[in-house]
Amino acid sequence: MNALILSALLGVVMMFSGIWLKSKAAVRNTAIAGIILLLVVNILEMCGTVVFKIDTKGLIVPDRFGLLFNAIAFASTLIYFLLSARDMEKVGVNYAEYLALIFFILCGITLTSSYQSLLILFLGIEIISIPLYILTGSDKRNLKSNEAALKYFLLGSFSTGLMLMGIALIYGAVGTFDTNYITMFTAANKPGVLMIGGMLLLLFSMSFKVSAAPFHFWTPDVYDGAPTVFTSFMATIVKAAVFIAFIRLFDQTFGVMQKSWQLFAAVIAIATLFIGNITAVFQQSVKRMLAYSSIAQAGFMMLAVFSMNTAAKEGLLLYAAAYSLATIGIFAVLIKMSDYTFEGFNGLAKRQPLLAATTTICLLSLAGIPLTAGFISKFFMLRATMATNGYFWLGIFAVLMAAVSVYYYFRVIQAMYFKEGEAGNFEVSTTFKWLMVLVSTLIILLGIWPDLLIRWLYF
Amino acid sequence: MIAVLLILIPLLTGLATFFLKNEKTVRFWALLSSLGTLAVAAIALTVQKDSSLSEFHGEWMQTLGSSFSLGLDGMSQMLCLLNALAYPLVIIATWNSKYFRPHQFFALMLLAQAGMMGVFLATDALLFYFCWELALIPMYFLCSQWGGEKRIAVTFKFFIYTFLGSLLMLIGIIYVQSLTPDHSFSLNSFYMAKLTPDQQSVAFWLFLAAFAIKMPIFPLHTWQPDTYEQSPTATTMILSGVMVKMGVFGLLRWLLPVMPVPSVTMGNYVTCFAIIGMIYASLIAIRQNDLKRLVAYSSIAHIGLMCAAVFSLTESGMQGVMLQMFNHGINIIGLWIVVEITEREYGTRKISELGGLAQKAPGMAILLVIVALANIALPLTNAFPGEFLMFNGVFNSYRSNFGIWFTVFAGLSIILAAVYTLNMIRNVFYGNTNAITEKAVDIRFNEKLALGIIVAIIFVLGVYPQLMLNITSDISEHILKAVKGTANSGAVH
Repeated sequence: MNALILSALLGVVMMFSGIWLKSKAAVRNTAIAGIILLLVVNILEMCGTVVFKIDTKGLIVPDRFGLLFNAIAFASTLIYFLLSARDMEKVGVNYAEYLALIFFILCGITLTSSYQSLLILFLGIEIISIPLYILTGSDKRNLKSNEAALKYFLLGSFSTGLMLMGIALIYGAVGTFDTNYITMFTAANKPGVLMIGGMLLLLFSMSFKVSAAPFHFWTPDVYDGAPTVFTSFMATIVKAAVFIAFIRLFDQTFGVMQKSWQLFAAVIAIATLFIGNITAVFQQSVKRMLAYSSIAQAGFMMLAVFSMNTAAKEGLLLYAAAYSLATIGIFAVLIKMSDYTFEGFNGLAKRQPLLAATTTICLLSLAGIPLTAGFISKFFMLRATMATNGYFWLGIFAVLMAAVSVYYYFRVIQAMYFKEGEAGNFEVSTTFKWLMVLVSTLIILLGIWPDLLIRWLYF
Repeated sequence: MIAVLLILIPLLTGLATFFLKNEKTVRFWALLSSLGTLAVAAIALTVQKDSSLSEFHGEWMQTLGSSFSLGLDGMSQMLCLLNALAYPLVIIATWNSKYFRPHQFFALMLLAQAGMMGVFLATDALLFYFCWELALIPMYFLCSQWGGEKRIAVTFKFFIYTFLGSLLMLIGIIYVQSLTPDHSFSLNSFYMAKLTPDQQSVAFWLFLAAFAIKMPIFPLHTWQPDTYEQSPTATTMILSGVMVKMGVFGLLRWLLPVMPVPSVTMGNYVTCFAIIGMIYASLIAIRQNDLKRLVAYSSIAHIGLMCAAVFSLTESGMQGVMLQMFNHGINIIGLWIVVEITEREYGTRKISELGGLAQKAPGMAILLVIVALANIALPLTNAFPGEFLMFNGVFNSYRSNFGIWFTVFAGLSIILAAVYTLNMIRNVFYGNTNAITEKAVDIRFNEKLALGIIVAIIFVLGVYPQLMLNITSDISEHILKAVKGTANSGAVH
């Protein structure tokens, strides 16, 4: 509850900060102070201190799982701000507004991580989506950015329509939006056509939001067209947040009728893994490769939705943290590059050895090499999948695809270390370097002691 | 505690090496570190009975059922000794080779050593998997950074090949773990897991994929000759001397005792492929003009025999494998040292471009000929007792009705080995000198030292192999007992 109110307030504060504060540095510092405040009040709530007590009549129930995810999202956003907030200045003149929009997105994230009513889920998803449409098109003079925003908006509103339709059908079947009632209803009655139809529509629209195949077609264009700083945000924290909403929905609301959607989830996971990984292999631009890699990683996270057991839920939190950290790190370096192709990274290790080393750790984490958080989170996903009877082959398919992913992640490493080139002709501040070291240290720490994060779920 | 030291010394010194600048310092530091590890590995030979020294259990990832557990038994003592012995030999023998960014080179080499130690010592499946990969990552960077012309593509193939294998093994590990009584990754739980024969054969193929790629067994060997050829020779020595043993070791520690039923029923197929690989690799080796590729193919042939002997499931075969894992490591490093010197001093590895070296470098010629004779398992050299035991094992295998045929075909590869090895010696060391070898001088002291140590080991273990067999006899018996006991009870199911 703390974070929800505060993030909305901070969004308003940021909007006005553009008028009150003259320098961009002051705006940025306000935003950083704001996100730290958000993180602190969220942790306070986890420890039992609630600042804003509001009776939501059971619409929103901030539980341990949701709060822990909020903490992960806020911490990732903090790192994102520290690494990339400076680069937002290059996008356009409305600096304060960009930051305000990000706070509004965080407000939506707190809704989607702790809703107990389908209505709040819908609100949360919309509060996340609308600022994203604006951020995608924020580079107003760039045609690609405009195209991406339009595409995202049209397809996004279509999927929102599907979601609303699904919620309406479920309301028709049960007569309420409350997820608890829906669970009780499905436990007691055999699901009818309305129920199944509504559930499938929700499954498809959520798959669209997390860019799972075959609903992924918007992703490469939007991620490629949007200004790189904002791609970094929407490919990581936002995607992870929608996954949390996804797993909440199918765990709590439709958990009882798992048999009726499990095969659909399996098919979506397979298609996503396959399309994401295979298409990423053929990309020439690192930014576009990362867009497909985000689809591929979504395929792994779909395995959590598919298997839906304790390992899956713990693993999804870990996956969200590991994936967000690594991708934010890579994007932060990518923004500095003048050339986004693989060749643009040639020889980076020579000029910027520290940046190359930390980017390598991020890439190794995404590829799922042991000692990194990426490995341990993939491990959780595989374990969750293998615990589901009869889906042994899905685990094997997932590791085959993980082996494919090595191909495109390592191409960047090869370019940085083993090829001669001119990359790295830019100055980076010492703070930036230390932050990258911090990111890689966090990745390795989580890779060795995943309990660091998971124990927060229980104690 | 000793076991932890074996990992910690190369790990910490390796990390420290990244921060050293001076090339000389780096070399001395790496040598010092590897000698330290060797000393600990030598002490480790004496502690088998004392479990407080030889075992270590630390808390790690409790919620997953994994712990940081290490243990020393005969097999890991022997392989740790090989690993610890290989490093000083490699560092001394390549003292005069120049590398750009030497601190990174030696740092990565030492990190790989730490990873391999972990593989040999781990008594927890997840830790085993971690170390298995950790040994691979430094190798990837070593080969792609300091290798030959086609290094990037070749090493990439090597990496993806082995990574795919280890991921399949990971699935196998998770699968077996989910079937253990206490949902733990520890070696004992794996041994106690009561898997049905069907479950065993699923896990068998998953584990075998990783080990067969690593060894490598025909037809999964295609990464190996290219990688050996393109890697810097110091790295190739470690790859072929120590790292391929990880595959054989994996079979013995994680495959046979955990999945005994398919090891018995599928053993014939695996042996078949191993023996096809032996003959095939030997035939190709005869046609090679490149020294590195010749040694690489010869290595495939030797490893094939080890694999066949593992699946013979006899006492003699098992002991032969143990002995030969050590011997092959030592011998092949000897061959690589000579290849390395030849390439560095004369600028070519082509057999056809060399000749008459024995006149100019008699020291090298004598030492090489001994190593080469060990490579074809002549009596009095260390490989003879090893290969003899293995052939004996394959011939007398109770598991298979084809023992005699396997022995006949595998024996062919010994003859072929003599053909290509002696041919190589004749063309490189005897005959007339040519423009390239005209000005050759004999090898330096450090190179003589490294080769001298190898030759000494060759004779000592050739005359008195019991030295090594005593260390490994308990564990060999233990593995066989586990296989027979469970295989019989599994057959009742």
